[in-house]
Amino acid sequence: MGRPLAINGDAAIALAWKQVNPDVVAAYPITPQTIMVEAFSDYVADGQVDTEYICAESEHSAMSICIGASAAGARVATATASAGLALMWEMLYIAASMRTPIVMAIANRTLSGPINIHCDHSDTMGARDSGWVQLYGENVQEAYDNTIMAFRIAENMKVRLPVMTCIDGFIITHALERLETLDDQVVEDFIGLYQATRPLLDIGNPTTYGPIALPDYFYEIKYQQAVAMGSVAAVTKEVMADYAKVSGRRYKLVEGYRTEDADHVVVAMGSTSGTLRHVVDRMRERGSKVGSVKIRLFRPFPSEELAAILKGKKGVAVMDRALSPGTGGALYSDVLQSIHDIPDAPKVTNYIYGLGGRDVMPEQLEGVFEEVMAGNGERINFMGVRI
Amino acid sequence: MANERSEELPAGGMITDVGNSKNYKTGEWRSQRPEVDKDKCTNCLFCWIYCPDNSIIVEDEKMVGFKYSHCKGCGICAHQCPAKAITMKEEGL
Repeated sequence: MGRPLAINGDAAIALAWKQVNPDVVAAYPITPQTIMVEAFSDYVADGQVDTEYICAESEHSAMSICIGASAAGARVATATASAGLALMWEMLYIAASMRTPIVMAIANRTLSGPINIHCDHSDTMGARDSGWVQLYGENVQEAYDNTIMAFRIAENMKVRLPVMTCIDGFIITHALERLETLDDQVVEDFIGLYQATRPLLDIGNPTTYGPIALPDYFYEIKYQQAVAMGSVAAVTKEVMADYAKVSGRRYKLVEGYRTEDADHVVVAMGSTSGTLRHVVDRMRERGSKVGSVKIRLFRPFPSEELAAILKGKKGVAVMDRALSPGTGGALYSDVLQSIHDIPDAPKVTNYIYGLGGRDVMPEQLEGVFEEVMAGNGERINFMGVRI
Repeated sequence: MANERSEELPAGGMITDVGNSKNYKTGEWRSQRPEVDKDKCTNCLFCWIYCPDNSIIVEDEKMVGFKYSHCKGCGICAHQCPAKAITMKEEGL
């Protein structure tokens, strides 16, 4: 084991990259991701990594460079947030459909407007259908651990898809927490040597990446992405089991907390999951049979694992830190489609919350549990907004 | 229509078969077809130089016709022909 550090989420991701030592990092700084690229550029300047670090002139260019580098045969990482991710939008789909296993850290920040630099999940929810695997971390430790595991998931030969590792902007990116690190050699052995498939620089085997595919081929190639996504859950479980051996930390795709005998459950992603466990403990002391669920893997959505946890519950609330105006949140839809066909499916309500970095207080989450237990919430609710 | 199944195609639609574009018959995209009047043609080969595909057939340094399997009917050959020997005709009429 490496020594424990006091470190923020962004710097923890930069440290994980340092240990991974990617061949290429191309990025553009944007709050609250900035510390990641600043800290990593220090490692580059100090000669602690072999990475070719490219300061791009925009996020669209950064992702384009990453795709080219990955196609050329490089192990590639990048990071962004909010408007930066939005500017990458076109290239996100191309990265996924060209099957370039890029690992990208996201400091979740809302999309304007009004312009705002603080946390919600609207940026990555917007990239939900781009074909990237999405992992959400609750705290600094998970930011680090997810980053290292992401390379193994992305580069698995059954997967070969890009992976986003998401953490809550400011709440985790800038918060100083205790981090258990792995030794450099342990990380190197865990991720292994990068194996390129048909790299562009292999001139003995010429390959064209990203050619046009018209109605006679497009659908079959898109279906390959569905098949690759279908293998992600099993691969991620294997990677998590291997990671537990080297780190002692065992993760799951979906993590239930005191859910076994719970009647009422609240589901969330990211930093709110920690607050929820605290609230569950407090309410359990008062005799309420409540539990919480953390979604770690959001794409592909772990429907079976979630349904196994929610089966038999009386009521469920889904916390969405993003709004699809005109309906509820994306997580709510995914939870509903996961459980709609199980016997005695629980009633599920949706809570939009924490938009634009609005604080999430334990008392508010207790209020959500109270409404779930009373069964009197609306189908879609807005927690903490002044109406 | 192509008939390869999804799993038979290289991942991401990458092309691993060098030079296979000649097997992809882009001529079906054509709505206008070039035709040459060899009585006017001087075999200057401007059409061969300007064709953005590879659809002018030349034998013994003489222009002898069009490779309709790949000609998309862009009309550049007709536009460039100094002798006005090439005309574009509607397909399907």
